[in-house]
Amino acid sequence: MSDMTNKWIGTSTVRPDGVDKVVGRAQYAADATMPGMIWGKVLRSPHPHAVIRSIDTSKAEALPGVKSVVTAKDIVDFSVGTPVPLGIQDMRWMCRNVMAREKALFHGHPVAAVAAMSADIAAKACELIEVDYEVLPWAIEIEDAIAPDAPILHDFIKFEGKPSNIAGTLEHKLGDIEAGFEQADVIVERSFDTRPVHQGYIEPHACLVSVAADGKTTIWSSSQGQFMVRAMTAFLTGIPQSDIRAIPAEIGGGFGGKTIIYLEPVAAMLSKKAGRPVKMVMTREEVMRATGPTSGAKSTVKIGAKKDGTIVSAQATHYLQAGAFPGSPIRGACGCCFAPYDIPNVYTLGYDVVSNRSKVAAYRAPGSPIGAFAVESTMDELAEQLGIDPLELRLKNAAKQGTKAAHGPVYPVMGYAETVKAALAHDHYKAPLGKFQGRGVASGYWFNAGGESSAQVNITEDGNVVVTTGHPDIGGSRASIANITAELLGIDYRRVSVLIGDTATIGYSNLTGGSRVLFASAMVVTQSTEKVIETLKGLAAKIWGIPADAVTWSDGAARPAGDNAGKFEPLTLEELAAKANMTGGPIGAGTQLNTTGAEGGFATHICDVEVDVDLGIVRVIRYTSFQDVGKAVHPAYVEGQMQGGAVQGIGWALNEEYIYNKDGKVDNPGFLDYRMPVCSDVPMLDNVIIEVPNPLHPQGVRGVGEVPLVPPLAAIRNAVYNALGIRFNSLPMSPPRVLEKLDAMKQAAE
Amino acid sequence: MAKLHVTTTINGEPTEFLCEPHHTMLDVLRDTLDLTGSKEGCGSGDCGACSITLDDRLVCSCLMLAAEAEGHEIKTIEGMADGDKLHPLQQKFLEMAALQCGICTPGVLVAADALLKKNPNPSETEVRYWLAGNLCRCTGYDKIVRAVLETAAEMRGAAE
Ligand code: FES
Ligand code: FES
Repeated sequence: MSDMTNKWIGTSTVRPDGVDKVVGRAQYAADATMPGMIWGKVLRSPHPHAVIRSIDTSKAEALPGVKSVVTAKDIVDFSVGTPVPLGIQDMRWMCRNVMAREKALFHGHPVAAVAAMSADIAAKACELIEVDYEVLPWAIEIEDAIAPDAPILHDFIKFEGKPSNIAGTLEHKLGDIEAGFEQADVIVERSFDTRPVHQGYIEPHACLVSVAADGKTTIWSSSQGQFMVRAMTAFLTGIPQSDIRAIPAEIGGGFGGKTIIYLEPVAAMLSKKAGRPVKMVMTREEVMRATGPTSGAKSTVKIGAKKDGTIVSAQATHYLQAGAFPGSPIRGACGCCFAPYDIPNVYTLGYDVVSNRSKVAAYRAPGSPIGAFAVESTMDELAEQLGIDPLELRLKNAAKQGTKAAHGPVYPVMGYAETVKAALAHDHYKAPLGKFQGRGVASGYWFNAGGESSAQVNITEDGNVVVTTGHPDIGGSRASIANITAELLGIDYRRVSVLIGDTATIGYSNLTGGSRVLFASAMVVTQSTEKVIETLKGLAAKIWGIPADAVTWSDGAARPAGDNAGKFEPLTLEELAAKANMTGGPIGAGTQLNTTGAEGGFATHICDVEVDVDLGIVRVIRYTSFQDVGKAVHPAYVEGQMQGGAVQGIGWALNEEYIYNKDGKVDNPGFLDYRMPVCSDVPMLDNVIIEVPNPLHPQGVRGVGEVPLVPPLAAIRNAVYNALGIRFNSLPMSPPRVLEKLDAMKQAAE
Repeated sequence: MAKLHVTTTINGEPTEFLCEPHHTMLDVLRDTLDLTGSKEGCGSGDCGACSITLDDRLVCSCLMLAAEAEGHEIKTIEGMADGDKLHPLQQKFLEMAALQCGICTPGVLVAADALLKKNPNPSETEVRYWLAGNLCRCTGYDKIVRAVLETAAEMRGAAE
């Protein structure tokens, strides 16, 4: 499994799709074209909350060059009373999110769309559409949405018997927290808030959709799941799934934000009505106003411990913004926040709160960074009050094999304590700090995921290999699959081509998300490759006239074994492939599974900051991540996930936030004012990969991509406290807020 | 309105195109000339995914009007490799996993190439400030900066 004899697993090979990406040839959705293609544009609500009384599209339709117009009438209407779940989404909300129906629920909510001969004409036509709105009062922030007199977004949502913006709750319970707190010597209780942040993928949403006269539909789009695109488009347009071929374009980042669709059903209806392929590409402003982000939140955490540091009781309440429709990631916030610890009495409660902002989408470990910010910040204060080193406090309470977690599982073999021990032992933790510098630590957890996955492994006539899987590759998963296939077959990895199939060419595979892809696809690729090896051994046995079980496979060749060892020359993959037609036909095998056994992943981060007290700027000057990944099949891309997640966390902690103006509109819908980290904002990022193999996986994989975004918010916040003695319980710690706190501190001292 | 006729050079090829006066160079590269290697991440000069050079000067093609190409020389990511021989930066980015989704990569490579032409021996800080106009949301920049520094060192070695 993770022995030292591996030749490819555990090495950083060059990815199969790499060259196309460095020469500019890789095809992303916005790069696709088709003969006869026209351009679609969306008209969006200028109000955060308004009844749509009527829409008059006649002037737009009359504009020369306009080929079709679509409104909610053209999208399948799912009545609000009956849930229509698809994965974690509900088509009742999706049909209203892609095109506003009764009401516009946020500024930027689509109300109509036009397809025309050029994007310019389509944009002009949008301006000619007349919408009669009855503007309603709105609620943007959680406190406004849950206030007693709050404007209600959806009359049919009831909480405690009354119409409410609280769309649901979730709780996890273990033991008896009241009894637990009675045993505590020290109790720390604090409240926190985090702002919604956008996933920030650099590639805006885009698609090209062609609906033929017979309904046969082809979709090129950038998404985290071509099967999700197919299913959701089918639901929202009424086109049967078998008539839709969804082709996964290369995807320019998703981070969870491309696990739902926005444009595809709209483009499909525009195309159907126009009889031409329709291309739609969002602007950055549209991305910022109408897609993602993840939730903002308000949390309260209470933790009680004995003098020796043993945590006896813990409680957390999280209110998460869902945006315009129900579905915030309360499961991640409530399920993950205490998951690193072995605590006998735990209670977590989450509220799903709708308000007049765009519907949230998943963002890396959805909900978990929010919960961890609150819990890991409270842990820091608890450590201080107990006079215990914050890592030692975590180690003392670390969950381990056999710990019962409040969200359900009894943990199997896992490596949380290993991440803390590695952090304690690392030089970073002991390095001296200068003036206005500080160090913080925090831990984090993500469930990880398995689910449906399909793979086909085919041997070409010249003895090379083509592997097809069904999960879009965002961060290098094709390279890992090449490593695994080459390892099993005992051949050079460059002889393995790895492709992502479209919905017509590979079996159903779930979304790229939840840190699922390598876990799941490695399982189906391994089983398929093993079947291929069995076939190859059978062919060799036939040629040699010996039983199949008297043949072994190693180093890319079948070899006679047992009594026959040495009696025949080995037959290589190339030789067997060349003889395939005479000995049994094409060589290949497929596997389709609902994979299980993805065990949770943990990380601990150490962060050093330096604060410019004149400008209020917090700079991260050193950062080290320690993560149990099970097995790093391609270490460079594992590091890439760890580094990328850490920097997204730096952005969330220090700068990123939506600014809403008094009209309920986002005032900073672009990269200039929505300030994501740039290259000069961050240092080099160190990584310690810890491998406690997952016993339920053929290569020991756990999943990597989500956990890196979980610890940073609190690690940075705790570092700022260490530097300044100021505890920030709300994010972001942006320069104006830092200056405000510094001024307040100065005044208090005077 | 009549279209404008523009005569220019793109990646060494004499090129003519027609465009609307308000079309950007990026619009024309992508939608008229099929040079889709330059990407549009923002259209406002903030992400660098559309980076090209205009007479060897690094520019955001989303901020340049296509008509301004008249009589000038443009280079895009498609002109970076020499036939099937990758530029050392391209090669190093592959070897060091300096890309994940790859959408920022063409812009980052064009910008990094422009840096190394001006300054063959940049410090880490110089690389970071030079690339501060190229957003990457996937990598955290670590492997990008390392790949640029290492390419610079190799290219200096080869030049000696
Ligand atoms: S597209 Fe030109 S800078 Fe972003
Ligand atoms: S590699 Fe995805 S944005 Fe840079």
